[in-house]
This record gives sequence, C-alpha cells and structure tokens, in this order.
Amino acid sequence: MNISNWTAPDPFVTTPDMLIRLVVGLLALAAFVGANATILVYVERKVAGFIQRRPGPFEVGPQGILQTIADAAKLIGKQLVTPRGSDGFLFWLAPIVGFLPVFVMFLPIPWGESTYVVQSDVGVLLILAFAGFGVLSLCLAGWASASKWGLIGAARAVAQSVGYEIPLLLAVLAVCFSHGSMDLMAIVKEQGGWPWQWNVATQPLAFFIYFVCALAETNRAPFDLPEAESELTAGFHTEYSGMGFGLFFLAEYANMIVVCSMATALFLGGFQGPAAPGPWWFLLKVYGLLLVMMWMRWTYPRVRFDQLLNLNWKWLLPLATLNLLATAVALKL
Amino acid sequence: MGVIKEFAEALKGLKSLIVGLGITGKEFAKPGVTVHYPRKVVADKDLVTYRGHIELVGSKNDPAMPPCITCLMCQSVCPSGCIKIIKHPPPKKDPAADKNAPPEAYASGLEPKTKAAPPAKEKPVKTPKGFILDYNYCSLCGLCVQSCPVDSLRFSTEFYIADPSKKAFVYDLMARLKAQAGTATAKEKE
Repeated sequence: MNISNWTAPDPFVTTPDMLIRLVVGLLALAAFVGANATILVYVERKVAGFIQRRPGPFEVGPQGILQTIADAAKLIGKQLVTPRGSDGFLFWLAPIVGFLPVFVMFLPIPWGESTYVVQSDVGVLLILAFAGFGVLSLCLAGWASASKWGLIGAARAVAQSVGYEIPLLLAVLAVCFSHGSMDLMAIVKEQGGWPWQWNVATQPLAFFIYFVCALAETNRAPFDLPEAESELTAGFHTEYSGMGFGLFFLAEYANMIVVCSMATALFLGGFQGPAAPGPWWFLLKVYGLLLVMMWMRWTYPRVRFDQLLNLNWKWLLPLATLNLLATAVALKL
Repeated sequence: MGVIKEFAEALKGLKSLIVGLGITGKEFAKPGVTVHYPRKVVADKDLVTYRGHIELVGSKNDPAMPPCITCLMCQSVCPSGCIKIIKHPPPKKDPAADKNAPPEAYASGLEPKTKAAPPAKEKPVKTPKGFILDYNYCSLCGLCVQSCPVDSLRFSTEFYIADPSKKAFVYDLMARLKAQAGTATAKEKE
C-alpha cells in the first residue's frame, strides 16, 4: 500500500481565493476543535483512571466512549445563570473572549506540506499575540463574577501568565533566531525527518523551558492554580454554568492543542518523519505531547503560588535569557 | 557555594520528577483493580480489609454463643451509644433453698459455729441475652472491638445492607451469630 498518495487530493492547493480558504479552514478548525475536545476529555479521564488503576469512564457506551458526548449534551442543556451582583456584560463576554482567539491561533499551524490555512512570515508572532487573550478572558471572568473564588483565581491567572509568557517567548525566540524566520512552515521545512535533525537536538533547554511554560500558560496541572479545585472551588469559572463553563473548557483543550502543535512545529520537526512525511506525523507528535501533559497532570501535585513564581523568575527566566544569548553568540560566530 | 548547592538541588528535584513519572507510568500499565460490582461479585479475598458493622464472634466450644462476658465495656466505651447489651436476669431466690441456708453470718464474712457446709455458689449466667447494635449511629471507630477483653467482637464484611427503612439497621447480633452458626454447621454437614 502506497501511503504517499493519501495527501494527493488537497483542496487548498487549487484554491486561489484567500477568503474561501479562510472560511473553509476556520470551519474545519471549528469541527476539529470540538471533536478534539470530546476525544481529549475522554482520553484524559481514561489516563487518570489507568494511572490510579480504575477503569475510568465505563458505563456510557462500550468502554464509556459516549461519556463525553453525554456530558456535552448535559452542558448544552443547562440553564445559564448570571450571579446576582455580577457585571452581566463582562461576565458573558469572558468565555467568548477566551474561546474565539483560539481559532486565530490555529491558522498559521502547518499541519502538513500543503495542509495549512495561512502561511505567514509572522506565524509565531500571531500565535503568541493571540495567546495573550486567554489571560484577558480569565481576568474578565474572575472580575465580573463578583465572587471571591473567581477574583483570587483571576489574580493568580494574571500573575502566572504574565510571568510565564516571558521565558516562553525567549525560548521560542531562540529557535526563531537559529532559523532566521518566524514562519512556522519554513522552520519545519528546515528540520529533517530523524529526531537528531530536529530542533530539540540543538535547543534542548529551549524545548524544556517551552514545555514547562506551555503547561503554565494553559493552566494545566501542576500549574493549575487559577482553578485549584481544593482551594478555590473552581477558580475563575466558579460562577459559570452550562456552556459558559463549557466554552472555558473547550478553550483549555484547544489551547493545549495549540501549544503542543507549536512545540511540534518548532522543536519536533512538525510533519517531517523518518518515512512518508505528512500530517499524520504532525498529529502523532501532537498527541504524544498531549499524552505527556496528561501523564504529568496525574503525577505531580499542584505547586504552591510562591513556588510557581520562584520557578519562573529565579530559574526559567534567567535560563531562557542565557539560552537566547548563547544562541545569538553561536550564530554570530 | 550557594549557587552550586542550588543547582545541585534543582537537578535532584528534576530527577525526582522523572522518578515520579516512572511510577505513574508503571501503574498505568498494570491492570485495574476495580470490580465492576453489579456485573461481578466481590470476591472474599477482596473483603479482608473491609470494615462493615461489628458482629459477635462464636466461641470455640459453641459457635452459636459468643465468648462475651457482658462486662459492658463496649457499651460504655461507644461514643455514639449504639450498643445495647441485655443481661440475663439474676437467678431468682428460691424460698425453699432459703430455709436451708446457713446463718446470715456467712454473708457478713464471720465464721458460723455450725458444721454445715457453705452454700454452693450459683454461677451467674455471663453470656448476654441480647446484643443490639443500632448501626444508624455507628461511626465505625472500632473502640468496642479494641476494648473487648475476650475478643468477642470483630468487624463483619457485610456490605449488602441497603434498605429504605431506618429500622433495618438495628441489628440483633445474637440472632445473627446463631444464624451464622446454623449455616456454618449446615455447610459442614454437606
């Protein structure tokens, strides 16, 4: 069976119109994000179950595969409650602000040689710029819900995201420096198929810093302080019901895919693989990274807030700066 | 050198993070331990650590009778007051026996002048007449089991105890022990 033919019928190659490309791409991404969140929630719960030697979701459908669909239907069917004393406009704006920019962040991701929506010279910048909206939405949500849990969660989210964005940027910059480009497609194409040709081989420290910061940026355990169930009930989304909460949930999982896709493109050779390069390699690496993120979530306890900030300001930031300096010097020589 | 120490500690921490991932990774690969209850029955070996309500232990000679001496330790130590022990009533005084009774002096501890033998002391029945447990209030603290001087109490492995009525959780443990002894002997006969 010749699998290299699988990518041959690509609708995007023959579409000249940017608008049609964008609309089709965004529709496909919306479907992808929704479907992926359903799958990832199921996988996450199964991973949690297996690590704790439980079966995980089991009752709805064979091996519980319909559980997340039942949960989604339940969320959609729920009443949307606006708490008394809250700022109604900002309260309902927050989940939308959290969810919509995620689509923009998906646009410049190079899924395959010709499977992408937008190829931009500033693709990396686009993703990083729109990633900032996530913090804004958490801040709005916590502030507008007139709840102490929400407010503390929002304050934590801002302190955490502002802090961790810097080393993340510096780690990404080191890779962009060495390739002289912010175009994800160009960066992927310059890497080879084998692991030692990937950027992770030349920039292992940057990859490590990027991954730690990505965990913190997506508010994943062990850095899930903005929602910290045991301390803050649910943090910034305490007061949200139904799909208000659902949108935050979707945004979290979509963000996870974005950061993992970016890690794949920047450090792990993107769609390049030892054999038959194509989108399947990209997806394989992305899901591998997502599995590692879930594995970490169910292994590590949540860090304390001072530990979180110490790790950032005392370790990641100096290391990322030194790494960037070393890269610059090495390139100049 | 503070800096070197800091770095050494950070590396040690990183190593421990990887060890942690290894542990959860190994657990991930192991088979689950959950018993899918309504479809599968929980095996007895999985119940050894289960602490259900307390029950009486049959004594060596008579499995239908507990070695309980009705000292009431369990009843008085129970913080929730859910144990009620019913004693056998003291032996009734027989007026005929009273006539033959030696002089009162025996009771006062003085040696009487008669040669008549002292009366045979009637042994009081020590085993309880009833042992009632009100499981509604029990917090399973286990103080009764610990305090029993003759090891007459233990935790049962009974968990099929759902019932819509509160009354169903007031257990007559003596009747329960008798029923258990009955089924045990029936099994032996088989």
